[in-house]
Amino acid sequence: MTSKQYTLTISHIFGADIAESVNAPLPPLPRVDGLLAAGAASIGLNSDQLLEVQQAATRIAAEVVDEEHRDFLIPCKPASAEAADAACARAFLEQIGRLWYRRPLGEAKLAELVDTAGSAADQLKDFYAGLSSVLEGMLISPEALYIVDVAEPDPQTPGEYRLDAYSLASRLSFFLWNAGPDEELLQAAERGELHTRKGLERSVERMLASARVEDGVRAFFDDMLGFNKFDSLAKDPLAYPAVTGATLADAREQTLRTIVDHLLNKQGDYRDLFTTRDTFMSMNLAVIYGVPTVNGWVPYEFPEDSPRAGLLTQVSFLAEHAHPVRSSPTLRGKALRELFLCQKVPPPPPNVDFSLLEDADASLRTARERLKVHASNPSCAGCHLITDPMGLALEHFDGAGHYRETERGAPLDTSGNLDGTAFEDVKGLGRVLHDHPGLPTCLVNRVYSYGIGGPLSMGQDREILAYFHELFEDADYKLPALLRDVALSRAFSQVRAGAAPAPAQPATTTVQVRGETPADAR
Amino acid sequence: MSKLSRRRVLKGMLNGSAVTVALPLLNCFLNDNGTALASGAPIPLRFGTWQWGLGMSEAIFVPKKTGPNFDLPAEIASLAPVQKHINLYTNYHVFKDAAPNLCHHTGWVILRSGIAPLNSSNKPGETIDVTISRKIGNATRFRMLSATATGDVRDSFSYENGNTVTTPEWSPIRFYQKLFGPEFQDPNAAGFKPDPRVMVRKSVLSGVLEETKALTKSVGAEDRQKLDQYFSGLRDLERRFDLQLQKPDPIEACKVMGTPEDVPQGLDADLVAKRHRLMTDMMLMAVACDQTRVFNMFYAAAFSGTTRPGYDKPHHTATHEEAVDEKLRCQPHVSWYTRRAMDEWAYYVQALAKIKEGDGTMLDNVFIYATTDQSFAKTHAIEGIPMFSAGRAQGRVKTGLHLSGGGTPGTRLGYTAMKLMGLDVASWGDQSNNTSKEIGEILA
Repeated sequence: MTSKQYTLTISHIFGADIAESVNAPLPPLPRVDGLLAAGAASIGLNSDQLLEVQQAATRIAAEVVDEEHRDFLIPCKPASAEAADAACARAFLEQIGRLWYRRPLGEAKLAELVDTAGSAADQLKDFYAGLSSVLEGMLISPEALYIVDVAEPDPQTPGEYRLDAYSLASRLSFFLWNAGPDEELLQAAERGELHTRKGLERSVERMLASARVEDGVRAFFDDMLGFNKFDSLAKDPLAYPAVTGATLADAREQTLRTIVDHLLNKQGDYRDLFTTRDTFMSMNLAVIYGVPTVNGWVPYEFPEDSPRAGLLTQVSFLAEHAHPVRSSPTLRGKALRELFLCQKVPPPPPNVDFSLLEDADASLRTARERLKVHASNPSCAGCHLITDPMGLALEHFDGAGHYRETERGAPLDTSGNLDGTAFEDVKGLGRVLHDHPGLPTCLVNRVYSYGIGGPLSMGQDREILAYFHELFEDADYKLPALLRDVALSRAFSQVRAGAAPAPAQPATTTVQVRGETPADAR
Repeated sequence: MSKLSRRRVLKGMLNGSAVTVALPLLNCFLNDNGTALASGAPIPLRFGTWQWGLGMSEAIFVPKKTGPNFDLPAEIASLAPVQKHINLYTNYHVFKDAAPNLCHHTGWVILRSGIAPLNSSNKPGETIDVTISRKIGNATRFRMLSATATGDVRDSFSYENGNTVTTPEWSPIRFYQKLFGPEFQDPNAAGFKPDPRVMVRKSVLSGVLEETKALTKSVGAEDRQKLDQYFSGLRDLERRFDLQLQKPDPIEACKVMGTPEDVPQGLDADLVAKRHRLMTDMMLMAVACDQTRVFNMFYAAAFSGTTRPGYDKPHHTATHEEAVDEKLRCQPHVSWYTRRAMDEWAYYVQALAKIKEGDGTMLDNVFIYATTDQSFAKTHAIEGIPMFSAGRAQGRVKTGLHLSGGGTPGTRLGYTAMKLMGLDVASWGDQSNNTSKEIGEILA
């Protein structure tokens, strides 16, 4: 699980107050092919990190059984609070265990846990302390912290393997809700419904209609947009005195609200996110945007003649991809290509001659003038020609995202072209990006990679991605349709070639640890 | 042992009088030189690392004189108060061999792992702190501690393998909670009563160990490795539970400070310094309280983004875009950043000097290894990458020296550190970075 998945899962099982009282103890993930989720499968935990997991477990378990929570979270009262009560312990552990392990515990395991809770209660002379000790153990179990994919032979295609029903329930749930399955989904798995087309459809529709899908969509875009950078992002207070940590947190939230509202509430076309004037405003952000507002988050529409339209002109994109003291056309252009078009911009060569960049010439007032040197130097031009023209279109916005008419008094030329299509200004860039064929393709690739929890293999996944892309186009680029198509596909519930069990293994079931996780520790 | 009998043993122990008794001290550990704690327990030897970003301005950093009483050029002038406690190592090299020179990555990875990385996300082998913690990190609550002054959890120079990167603490308040929160057992506390819940916890843990073992059997090789690592982590938890059941020996130097103030996000040099000082003080106090014997402090990231108020380029950008001032023989802003780093290195060494241990200070009982990512960052040069050490490693190391390596591998310093910490290693490092030669000049 990722940090956020851990927090959400704990929140669903034990309540938001308990989930929020501990820091998710899992380490940050490496970004692989544009997604932290794709790096989850490779990560390991060292012993000091495991200590953090254990400490979080201790705190959560203690809170679950404290006097404030026990009556809500434990479905029975023990005969005596100072001694073991096997029946009550069983009722609690069975219910919690299914949700936490994402599958039924099995009679042997349940009996063992009840037994351990009983001995501990007797020894500590406290039923609740006994229960909390067992819960602590469950909360550090690798079977729960790692998302374990259990495979079984696929009866429809002999020789191939599919996820077993509970693993499929977990995959669906982490994909659409960014948390473990609820009781209803586990029951659908138990009844074998997830392996029937109709049953699967029923569950997926229910999940897409649930309020939890907002968590899933937020988590996906937070990952895809590289928003983990906001965890440590800051701006120079001398250059941008109005930009505080709260402003930047709001910038992240503004974009996520815009996305959720446009894609889920309004069922909008994904591409319109790059041209829409609709967003949400907070008091902290109103200062940066220079608009009046009221307290709290309120819907806001930029006027037609505003230079702002679409995600590229929101403070989150402009501030995240800039330096602490100034804007950066190169970072912004690179981000546009990598985040939204899934292209890769190579890093600068180590032996590059930087002498041309030395900033002695104060007559160069704008970034366009300063960056000319890149375009005229062959060793720089290769990369800068693919990043700078797009980034320069955003130069009316400084390093924190404020609008500026000029830079050091010099007028700004924000025209350019993106992969052969010319534009006049930043709004034009938004429109060109909107119509770029790579834009929806990139989203499809990211959504699928995110759903299956690993990087894509162009050899293996080309056909299925093309198929999803066609469906996405037919659905007018609506995200819920894409989520539905991916979740219902056979590819989603199958075990990828190479991950199937070794032929020498006698068991008909195999286990593949897919992901672990934790994203950033904040 | 079956589950039933395990619980029976547990119950028997809890109902008995003494849960556990600390091992008696052996007289042979004590000596007449005061290298013992008030209780008579020996002061342990520890290993620390310190990291700064983006190297140096050679012309005003490297002293002209080698050996003792070396001159302190402008960029390291702030080291004057700690000069006698440190050694400076210049003209040592790291070798990329057939691998590419990876900007801001190759240098530190070689100095910390002994191996040249193959690409910018490659983290080969394991870092030296991890290796040393396997030897000396088993007796303390934390196998090792790491903290970064950058406020970014991703700024780490320590890893167990490419998939397991150490997560440094990035917030002073969180760090304080981790070190001195409710789980902290004050060695100087008046009473000690073993917590019966810890015994229960240990019993529950053995169930998790069995579960992990069973899961390990059903997975492929790559996942098995991860679960084996998890299993070792659980074993380590077991060891920590045992520690919690023992009364810690009193330690005179252990005096826990109050909760630190919060420091906002940001890389302004003053904020970074504030974070660095708060975290240094807490980390070294945790060392004094014997909570760990291996500790890493990261002052800056490899692509250091530290900013200077009123100047528009962060440290890394400045290294590439600022011209060298021929008269000053440096890039003035870049040198300002390096000087700030040296101020903090001096603070760190002074903080070690301030903690009294036995008749001396903590500096007598540590060896600190300080590294960076480039020598001259403007051109991504790694030749002559500078290093420092601090501390006398219980009389085994001479300090106050400037050593010139004559182009020999910089890994020699890491190798020397390993030998000082008692590791039985014939050599360290890969290909041209391989060495079996300590830096003999510093050995007493």
